Amino acid sequence: MSTDIERQWTTRLRHRVAGKLPPEKVLPDTQPAYVASWIYVFGVATMSAMAVVIGTGFILALRGPQWWHESSVGHFVNSLHLWSVEIFFFAMVVHLWGKFFMGAWRGKRTATWMTGVVTFLASIATAFTGYASQSNFDSQWITTQAKDGINSTGAGAFFNVLNFGQMLMWHIVLLPLVAVILTALHVVLVRVRGVVPPYDDTKKVGEAL
Amino acid sequence: MAFISFLAALIPLDGLGHYLHWGVIYISVANFIVIVLMILTFITALLAPFPGRSRRKESK
Repeated sequence: MSTDIERQWTTRLRHRVAGKLPPEKVLPDTQPAYVASWIYVFGVATMSAMAVVIGTGFILALRGPQWWHESSVGHFVNSLHLWSVEIFFFAMVVHLWGKFFMGAWRGKRTATWMTGVVTFLASIATAFTGYASQSNFDSQWITTQAKDGINSTGAGAFFNVLNFGQMLMWHIVLLPLVAVILTALHVVLVRVRGVVPPYDDTKKVGEAL
Repeated sequence: MAFISFLAALIPLDGLGHYLHWGVIYISVANFIVIVLMILTFITALLAPFPGRSRRKESK
């Protein structure tokens, strides 16, 4: 009987997850000494800005374009959404530079690095569809300028920047979902493999800290 | 409200943008300022002392 239970996919998956990511790794009490540097705070700063982007995005989605263009509170929330995106990219670029120069892919951390890269690209696409969905002269200018470039790649067949409804759906449903799932995966991988040690601490590079 | 009008007058956003042009490089002043700020933030993050760093090293 117990053998049957051990063979169940739920049991096997639970054992595998618990082995790779025990609770003390998910929410650790301490971090390695080398993490005590400002360069390590930009990943969390990026996620904090992302939380504000999503929160303000929810409010904008609830109230609609007329509200964000015409009311004072709408202008304020719209500006919060824009400026949190600016901080999001600012922090993400500094995080990227920091991780590049510390070789953050070392010690079997390729998947962590690559999920970060793809999240960066997905975030650019999310921001672009956001600029295309402003429903003002700015978005009109951006989309009419972008259409020729995107059409020349062939992507215009399924990604029409002049289709406001399609751009809005990409911006508020598909791309945020991709960005959030990839960010969650990125954080899980950081917790599984640990934060990459400095170059001069080579004996720890392969360890899952 | 008067303060907001003062700020708006200080940073006119309705006019044409300002651009920098060196050979093949053509960039708006706004984007150039953001890139400079990112580089300064990166250098500061590497050099600025982190609170409690010496205490952590001792406990290590």
